[in-house]
Order: sequence, then structure tokens, then C-alpha cells
Amino acid sequence: MIILDILGYTLVSIGAVFYFLGGLGMVRMPDIYNRLQAGTKATTLGSFSLIIGVGLINPEWLLKAIIIVLFIAITNPVGSSVIARAALKRGIVPLTSAERREEDIGSSGGGDGK
Amino acid sequence: MIAFSIFFALVLLGALLTLYRLLRGPTVPDRVAALDILNVIVTGSIVLFSLIDKNSLFLDIALVYAALSFLETVVVARYLEGRK
Repeated sequence: MIILDILGYTLVSIGAVFYFLGGLGMVRMPDIYNRLQAGTKATTLGSFSLIIGVGLINPEWLLKAIIIVLFIAITNPVGSSVIARAALKRGIVPLTSAERREEDIGSSGGGDGK
Repeated sequence: MIAFSIFFALVLLGALLTLYRLLRGPTVPDRVAALDILNVIVTGSIVLFSLIDKNSLFLDIALVYAALSFLETVVVARYLEGRK
């Protein structure tokens, strides 16, 4: 089944790239809410892609892979939402766009004039 | 196989960047969010390892790990919410 292998390896590589992008979003984003957004969405899509890809490479594992993907699809947004609510109840206010613009200008040292 | 090395390098880079936020994060919910993301990445890398080892037992381990990590996230977030 060469078609399934090609499709599976493509999906696995897309998933690995999205895991890397999720980690990058966790470092680069300025705020807890932005970090939750970037990290959770990227790693949810990465998990879908990687686990379904592994299931396509070995078709007899596909049922277990789909079960894991369904579980992640249910639990990951719930976990993210619970963390965001905890942060809000602890009194962390979201960044407004004006504060964020100031922070961007401040961190780049005023080098580029935009 | 060289493709597996590239996959694992990408997943490891993502995990290391998340670990940086986990150690460095300014507030406690930052660290909890980083731990949540890190748990998802570890689940994915367990599945990837089952592909390399050709052993479907690791898929069950990944499922149990995902369940326990979800429980841990919810419990810690609830604890943070209650304490003012």
C-alpha cells in the first residue's frame, strides 16, 4: 500500500511541523491568553495529523489512533478553556492592542520606524 | 531512517521551546499552560515512538497518558482558580 504510506508520512511530517510551531508560539507570544491560543490550536492540529498519519502507515492501528484523536479533540479545548478561566479569575487582564504596540516598539529598541 | 530523525528533531524542538516557557513563565497560569502543551507533545511523541518501534502497545500508553494529563490540567487549574 504505497499510497497509504506516502499519505501517512506526509501527515506525520505536517504534525511534527505543527508541534514545533506550537512550541514557537508558546515562546513568542506576549500574553498568557495569546500563548494558550497559539499553543493549544497548533498542537491540537499537530496531534490530529501525526496520530492519523501513524494510523494510516499501519492500517491495523487505525481504530486506536482514531480513539486517541477523538479523546484529544474533546479534552484539549476543555483544558485550554479551564486554564484561561483560572487566569482570568486570578486577575490577569488581557493585553490591549495599545499596550502591545508599545511593548513591540520598546522591545525592538525603536530601530525600525513603523 | 533519516525521516524519523527529522520528525523527532522537530518534536524535540517544540518540546524544548515549551520547556523554556515552563521554566521561565512570569505567572503561574503560564506554567500550567506550558505544562498542558508539553503533555500533548509528549503524547504525540509516544505515538511516534510506537511507529518507530513497530509496537502497538505504546498506543495504549499514549491514551492513558492523555487521560491522566487532562485530569492533571483540570485539577491544577481548578486549584489555581480557588486560591485568590
